[in-house]
Amino acid sequence: METPSYLNDGHGLKSWLLTKDHKRIALLYLISITAFFIMGGLFAMFVRLELLTPAGDLLNAETYNKMFTMHGVVMVFFFLIPSIPAVLGNFLIPIMIGAKDLAFPRINLLSWYIYILGGLFTFVAALSGGVDTGWTFYTPYSTAAANSHVILAALGVFITGFSSILTGLNFIVTVHRMRAPGLTWFRLPLFVWAHYATSLIMILGTPVIAITVLLVAAERALHMGIFDPALGGDPVLFQHLFWFYSHPAVYIMILPAMGVISEIVQTFARKNIFGYSFVAFSSLAIAIIGFLVWGHHLFVAGQSVYAGLIFSFISFLVAIPSAIKVFNWTATIYKGSVSLDSPMLYAFGFIGLFTIGGLTGLFLSTMGLDIHMHDTYFVVAHFHYIMVGGAIMGYLGGLHYWWPKITGRIYSEFWAKIAAGLVFVGFNLTFFPQFIAGYLGMPRRYHEYPPELQVWNVMSSAGASILAVGYALPLVYLVYSLFAGERSPADPWGSKGLEWEIPSPPPTANFEVTPIVTHGTHQYAPSKEVGIV
Amino acid sequence: MFQNLPFFPEQASAQAGQIDAIYFFMVAVTAFFSLLIGALVVVFAVKFRRRHHDEIGVAIHGSLALELLWTVIPLGIVMVMFAWGAKVFFDLYRPPAGAMEIFIVGKQWMWKAQHADGQREINELHVPVGRPVKLVMGSEDVIHSYYIPEFRVKADVIPGRYNSLWFTATKPGRYHLFCAEYCGTRHSGMIGWVTVMEPMDFQAWLSGGPTTASPVAAGEKLFNDLACNTCHQAGPQGRGPVLAGVYGKPVELQGGGTVTADDAYIRESIVNPQAKVVNGFQPIMPTFQGLVTEEQLLQLIAYVRSLSAKPGS
Repeated sequence: METPSYLNDGHGLKSWLLTKDHKRIALLYLISITAFFIMGGLFAMFVRLELLTPAGDLLNAETYNKMFTMHGVVMVFFFLIPSIPAVLGNFLIPIMIGAKDLAFPRINLLSWYIYILGGLFTFVAALSGGVDTGWTFYTPYSTAAANSHVILAALGVFITGFSSILTGLNFIVTVHRMRAPGLTWFRLPLFVWAHYATSLIMILGTPVIAITVLLVAAERALHMGIFDPALGGDPVLFQHLFWFYSHPAVYIMILPAMGVISEIVQTFARKNIFGYSFVAFSSLAIAIIGFLVWGHHLFVAGQSVYAGLIFSFISFLVAIPSAIKVFNWTATIYKGSVSLDSPMLYAFGFIGLFTIGGLTGLFLSTMGLDIHMHDTYFVVAHFHYIMVGGAIMGYLGGLHYWWPKITGRIYSEFWAKIAAGLVFVGFNLTFFPQFIAGYLGMPRRYHEYPPELQVWNVMSSAGASILAVGYALPLVYLVYSLFAGERSPADPWGSKGLEWEIPSPPPTANFEVTPIVTHGTHQYAPSKEVGIV
Repeated sequence: MFQNLPFFPEQASAQAGQIDAIYFFMVAVTAFFSLLIGALVVVFAVKFRRRHHDEIGVAIHGSLALELLWTVIPLGIVMVMFAWGAKVFFDLYRPPAGAMEIFIVGKQWMWKAQHADGQREINELHVPVGRPVKLVMGSEDVIHSYYIPEFRVKADVIPGRYNSLWFTATKPGRYHLFCAEYCGTRHSGMIGWVTVMEPMDFQAWLSGGPTTASPVAAGEKLFNDLACNTCHQAGPQGRGPVLAGVYGKPVELQGGGTVTADDAYIRESIVNPQAKVVNGFQPIMPTFQGLVTEEQLLQLIAYVRSLSAKPGS
């Protein structure tokens, strides 16, 4: 006789596909983004296989160009942007604030369907032959010269953007209006602060990319002169519009991961965060300042020098709140009681790799230096350190940390540690050599390259194969735990927070009685005092 | 495979040293902070490892002093980076007067270079050592980017406008030239070589080999062949403005406002003549868009500029 939980509350496909339960919707997202991750990973595999040798001998140029484009489009729009908010955010935010669900449960389900529809457009674009413009769709190549399925891919991105906007809307309203009695803003878990800041970017920024890809499709289909100079348009206008969203988008990808790290570090050091309000406000600062830096992608495009100066200056400023977080996490571990369970290993990996990734961003903000580095593998290495070494580590750490809560099962800690180690080693071997190749001058999106750069490329591809194993392992042991894993208690980690006070997995309504909150999360000391819940 | 492992590109321009200096500074800062954080995390994880099952950490809420310290110090460091980078950028951005100009046209998937005296190259660029060179660049189709890693210079080459970059080569040799903005199928094939020669060898190269007319001469021929001279005459009786002496000067426009008659304005006036009509003239000039290539536009501009050239230059 199973204990009632959201997992067995209703059976059959309809009860899942028409669910309004934020926890089930989170699982729908988990399955779909995992599928897109595998798809994006396969495209990357072809890229790295081709780059083992300087000559273009595995794929022809057109196919290679489609591989890196599809890798970028799928990973950015269908994996990284939704990942933590749609899976962990959806699951945890209502529970963390003592609510039964998000503010708009049906809109939450609609978000998933919109995501799937957009994904379907992109999947069809891939099956029909793919798109080869780069994930950045620069004009006039994308509107006038490309012979691939630009409109299909652009529409896929356009549609999926609405999933993001609606999720952001849902989170903002939920956090404002549905907090349990006593849960003031400064008692919120930092995970919630991070998602609140992320949601601001989602709703303010995504409409801009939506209209931009629509304009690309319009120019391509209707020959409206917006970006193509042959039709009277301005190609650099596209770059401004595109990056106005796509730079804040990278903060959509990293802020939730930072929220995850804040939670993991506190739990596995059994200590409340050092500098709570600084960490909370730094999320807002990153979101706001992040909207003002887009021109650092246009330093060599002939943008005005003075505009470049302003963008460079502000790009340096946006690094400071991130640095504040890193210092606060480190200070949290000081005099903590540290346990090196696998989520904490991912968190440590994040702290180290995000620091390197963030600091290498400063190289690119430096105007004189960016001239040399722009559009080289240095940029590729930089953003993979943040996106993979940062965001994906945050996602995997969070998935492991909350897996017992979500599924009611404990996974194999032994295999999890092995996977974390393989991911860390594989990741560094893949991407560190790319910094060197980039400074040597290897441009991005190159199908063939000068022979003297082969060593770095071979190291990178070797690392990628190790990374692939590290990613494949959780698929195996996490799924295995669903069938054979030990059942999890409400609080398997000895943590402190509303989500750890309800059963694993939770009942559909989350709380039998709305909790009354009298303090923030992760108050470990004085140790045995139990808060009134 | 491991002999001659390249770690670092050669410094072959006067600018390269400046850029590498700031690079090394930033590598040092990055290494310092990464190692610091990494070491602290590892040391704390070991020193404060959980010793028994129920152990918890000490309740420490924070420290305003520390927060200010690790906000202000990084802020100071990044401001140094900003200022230094800005200074280097200004130097890279402003070519010295008298820099030797070479026209570059990028098209899928090749680089065409045209020297002032008529020498043309494809996927190659010959320059003398020790002399500032300014590349004036346009694209015939999509966005490309002209990148010489060993000189540490790059600029996007954008259709519909001109971008430029400048450098002073310091070491004779052959250096990679790459297209650095994805431009379609053969993007990674749009590469070539920059050859830096001693001045004597460069002069010899310039005068040897097949040459075509200089851009100015080619532009003058086009000006006549396309009948520009029927409206733009030497005296004020023509239907179009006199072009002698106009290059680089401010021009009054119909409806108020002025514009400087630079490369971009002249190009625009040829492909989109209605955009900025000179005050006092009828908007009757036909457009030549599609009738002239990017190279021909550069030649026409060179000719118009030559009409303002000071004697002896």
